Amino acid sequence: MIRPALPRWLAVPAGLAAVFLVVPLIAMFGRVDWLHLPSLLASPAAVDALWLSLRTCLASTVLCLVLGLPLALVLARARGRWATAGRVLASLPMVLPPVVAGLALLVALGRRAWLGRHLSAFGIDLAFTTAAVVVAQTFVAMPYLVVSVEGALRSAQEHYEVAAATLGASPTTVLRRVTLPLAAPAIASGTALAFARALGEFGATLTFAGSLQGTTQTLPLEIYLARESDTNTAIALSVVLLIIAAGLIAVTSVFSRVKGTTS
Amino acid sequence: MIRALVAVTALALLSACTPAPAPSTAPRTELVVFAASSLSDTYTSLGKTFEGSHPGVTVKFSFDGSSTLVDQLKQGAPADVFAAADRPNMTKATTANLMSGTPSLFATNTLTIIVPKGNPAGITGLDSSVDGKKLVICADGVPCGSATTKLAKLLGVTLKPVSQETKVTDVRAKVESGQADAGVVYVTDAKASGSKVDTIAIKNADQVKNEYLLGVVATSKNSRLASQFVALVTGSDGQRTLSGAGFTLP
Repeated sequence: MIRPALPRWLAVPAGLAAVFLVVPLIAMFGRVDWLHLPSLLASPAAVDALWLSLRTCLASTVLCLVLGLPLALVLARARGRWATAGRVLASLPMVLPPVVAGLALLVALGRRAWLGRHLSAFGIDLAFTTAAVVVAQTFVAMPYLVVSVEGALRSAQEHYEVAAATLGASPTTVLRRVTLPLAAPAIASGTALAFARALGEFGATLTFAGSLQGTTQTLPLEIYLARESDTNTAIALSVVLLIIAAGLIAVTSVFSRVKGTTS
Repeated sequence: MIRALVAVTALALLSACTPAPAPSTAPRTELVVFAASSLSDTYTSLGKTFEGSHPGVTVKFSFDGSSTLVDQLKQGAPADVFAAADRPNMTKATTANLMSGTPSLFATNTLTIIVPKGNPAGITGLDSSVDGKKLVICADGVPCGSATTKLAKLLGVTLKPVSQETKVTDVRAKVESGQADAGVVYVTDAKASGSKVDTIAIKNADQVKNEYLLGVVATSKNSRLASQFVALVTGSDGQRTLSGAGFTLP
């Protein structure tokens, strides 16, 4: 069966949208000082920011997987009013303005907050530490993993799981051998999305963790600071961030195509 | 369907490009003032004064970091008056021929320490009492950070901050919320934080002054009105408002 063609006039707004999205990015590449790019990127502040970003994003992505994946599995099975409420709450940080996310974390985990006070009684003080950066990134990135994995699990067919259970597999075996492999493409793309979101995290980090070179000053924070005094460094770092993000999105789309062919 | 879509798109483009028609028939003149964030309280109230004495004039403000505003002016942002929070940023604007005439110095600001109410960490000044404490300052690239570095050098102390913020208001927020034990901010910020913080004076703080300058933007179409706004700020009304907010007068 051949799908009917799209109306031809659609090309005009679609083209406009593409131009609108692409022009600022191309303009940025045009402003890069290519000659001095290596020395701009080699400054201690830039190198520290890049490594800190990669380290914290890896840590927060692992946290997203370890905690978010079980949440997605539970939410995908849950039924009823509470399940709906759970789904809404789990995706809420995704639509919050980042600075609101930062304020929420501050009110919950700050030194003066009730949870923060209990943590410091155990000698855990998050204020201005790299751990605070990871907390902020995990908070804003986890919903991306949960939502994409949960959606895939809910639309997946259950007869393989039922068959495995009938053949005597324990719940853990079903999860390990059937459910997770089937959801693998969604898990991979959700992980890449969460990593990308953590990499771009700015507002919550600035509000909750502060900004210190090598400790809490991630790439977006360093770009924001560099912009104040040295536009060339800011643009050079932005391009690096853009390239990493583009790579992640490419990985994501490869995985979703794999998923498209198998389902 | 197609026509409706085209009409909607055209309307959206149009409404984004043309200013909304004024509700009254009398032509209103708009005076656009670009001013450093630390001036937002004083300038907003001076803007009201200006509108009161100039019927038919609306004063519109854009408050942001001085360097951001200079960047916007360089890109051709339409402004009539520009007020910077430090001399280097105003120099950037004058060397780019963005200003008409010589900008005038209208206020200075000095640094002070703020601590959460009750001073739980026992800070006594910019001295050994901040060692090992959660001290937050401005980053070196921004005006308040450069001033902090200069003052620390003058006092012969090495600061080990836990965070270097891009905006002085972020330093304030971290002290007000109790996340930080101490923060170095402008006297005007300490005043604006009010009873949420305690203020601790820094020795020799008056030796490092941040200079506030303003002037008429070269491309202004209302340069006469713009000079009148400059005159208001540098005149007795403006100076009274500024000193009330904690600024030192030149």
